Amino acid sequence: MTAVRTEAPVSAAPRRLPGAGRLKVTDPVVGVWLAAAAVTLIGWIVVTIDGGQFMTQSNFTGILQNSVALGLVAVGQSAVILTGSLDLSVAYLISLGTLVAAETMEGGSVVTAVLAVLALSAAVGLANGLIVTGLKVNAFIATLGMAFILRGYIEDNYTGPAGDVPASFQRLGYDRIGFIPISVFLLIAVAAVLWLITKRTRLGHHMYATGGDEHAARLSGVRTRRTVIYAHVLCALCVGAAALFLASRLGAGAPWAGTEARYDLDSIAAVVLGGTALAGGRGGVAGTLGGVLLLSVLDSIFNQLSVDPFFKNVVRGVVIIAAVALYARPFRRRAKARDEARAKEKGALA
Amino acid sequence: MTTTTPSATTTVFAGVGRRLGTGAPVYVLLAVLLAALAITDPGFYEPDSFLAFIKRAAPLVILAAGQYMVIVSGGFDLSVGAVVTAGVVAGAEFYGSYPDAPWLLVTAGLLLAGAIVGLVNGLISTVLLVPSFITTLGMMLILEGAVFYWTGGSPQGVLPESFRSFGRGEAGGWLPWAVLACLAVGAIAVWLMRSDFGRTLLATGDNERAAALAGVRVPRVRTLAFVLSGTAAALAAVLVAGFSGVSAQAGRGLEFEAITAVVLGGVILGGGRGSVVAAMAGAFSLQALFTLLNLQGVSGALESTVQGFIVIAAVGLGAADFSRLRRRRSQPSEGKSSS
Repeated sequence: MTAVRTEAPVSAAPRRLPGAGRLKVTDPVVGVWLAAAAVTLIGWIVVTIDGGQFMTQSNFTGILQNSVALGLVAVGQSAVILTGSLDLSVAYLISLGTLVAAETMEGGSVVTAVLAVLALSAAVGLANGLIVTGLKVNAFIATLGMAFILRGYIEDNYTGPAGDVPASFQRLGYDRIGFIPISVFLLIAVAAVLWLITKRTRLGHHMYATGGDEHAARLSGVRTRRTVIYAHVLCALCVGAAALFLASRLGAGAPWAGTEARYDLDSIAAVVLGGTALAGGRGGVAGTLGGVLLLSVLDSIFNQLSVDPFFKNVVRGVVIIAAVALYARPFRRRAKARDEARAKEKGALA
Repeated sequence: MTTTTPSATTTVFAGVGRRLGTGAPVYVLLAVLLAALAITDPGFYEPDSFLAFIKRAAPLVILAAGQYMVIVSGGFDLSVGAVVTAGVVAGAEFYGSYPDAPWLLVTAGLLLAGAIVGLVNGLISTVLLVPSFITTLGMMLILEGAVFYWTGGSPQGVLPESFRSFGRGEAGGWLPWAVLACLAVGAIAVWLMRSDFGRTLLATGDNERAAALAGVRVPRVRTLAFVLSGTAAALAAVLVAGFSGVSAQAGRGLEFEAITAVVLGGVILGGGRGSVVAAMAGAFSLQALFTLLNLQGVSGALESTVQGFIVIAAVGLGAADFSRLRRRRSQPSEGKSSS
């Protein structure tokens, strides 16, 4: 059972060959990248009609730059969601991460700061994982509670920006090679590691199995609790990386670094846009990156057209619902057909 | 649980026993919090201040009742906070254009608008098969964006006294309207959950496929749950508008508070289990916790930390208690049912 689920994304590819053209588009991962491309194209046309220039180097740099923070968080979030969990504490963890990074860098070395942020993140992720698996608190409530805890700590100790990031570390946020910001390589590296873990290691297979059917996974010998804990720690580490990036971008720690951009809900939206099932067990990092790109291309188009920032939210909401609706349909229909076939089989056996 | 007998009643009867089991911890929590409040503030049980407490709790309790409907059917409604904000702002803008509109008409209009928002949420979730988490998240973005876009960031307009009295006035000079609204919503919710609709709602949340095979019109039932939640949110908006006036922050975070309250009440996220009374008790507990933290002088900032710890601990304890109780019950003989 679990093996089937785990292999599904890989082994399904050859089977799809006959009708590749049609089926490929309905595959959410392909779908979201196509959607991102389509949105880029439409944006190009619309912005050009509006009299602006969309296909410029600086605009591309901006889009990539804007994808990094959300991308890092969303990649981590997809690991948790794949496992059938959820992390709502990411926004406050980012804020706290930037503060810890900037304050440690002010007094000590960059290396200490990086280690401190990653240790803090790992601890929060571990706590999340232990609460979810040990206390059996639903992930939604557990991580929401963790968000409250972090928020209280931040609001009690910080009233405004704190700490100072040295120029050497700010290069992470501002330097670029050609027109590609070097922070994009950080995102690519983190995403590649997560992709390798989820698709190529035992832990990753266990994550898919746990998310697909926790009970079946446990019966098949997967240590599901441990898997969920690892997923939460992985997610928190990605969030720590995002916090480091934002600290280098802002030049200081900010209590609102994570909450103002709503990284908690936005990252979940990006993950789901990328075709990962909220219930877990299906999807992956590649789709998530597509979702992130889609969101930041949209943002860039709105900026170019100088759309009212509040109206942007309206369109964002519509796009998220519409995109998920688009590929939820054929996907669910196929699942339903499969369920029905299975039910028939059972009926025939009985 | 997953019987394929055509009647859904078996599922529901099994659910009744379980509902007491999952709901029990919240009553203990509420009792503890109320006792702590009595010790901290001896005047708390003076009729006036106790009614004031219920009045303050009313919007959250009503939201929790609506949220319960959606959660027990297996969904989420993240849009209720935005509905509250939108309701408050829309009311103010409406009165800005028509200062003489009768309050009953405006309230009815807001309730209808809330129901429509819920209907849209429900239809998108059931017809377009978008997970309700995403549907209502999108709806939240849309409503918040629309409200801010419409008002340019700072809503204006004054709500007349007649409209606001529902949220802050008293009926007959001593009983706040909000308390009456709270009781009415509670009665309606209990009645609904005992009706055919409530039973099918529970069955749907427990096992959608089994319910569908048993003849439940799953999409209709789930859509209705969203409509109820939207309407409840609009009612909460009317109360909030009366109580604290016009603000673009009126409903911020309320969706999470409502979900927390419902889960505190022992309702299982994912559906099929839990009672609406326990969910509303969860909302009271949350409000009692806020009040207690205020009285204890916990600084405003640390308040959310304490809240986070207590919510996690309460839900964790609830989960632990429940499983231990069940084990004890099933191992020796069939003991008496828990309180």
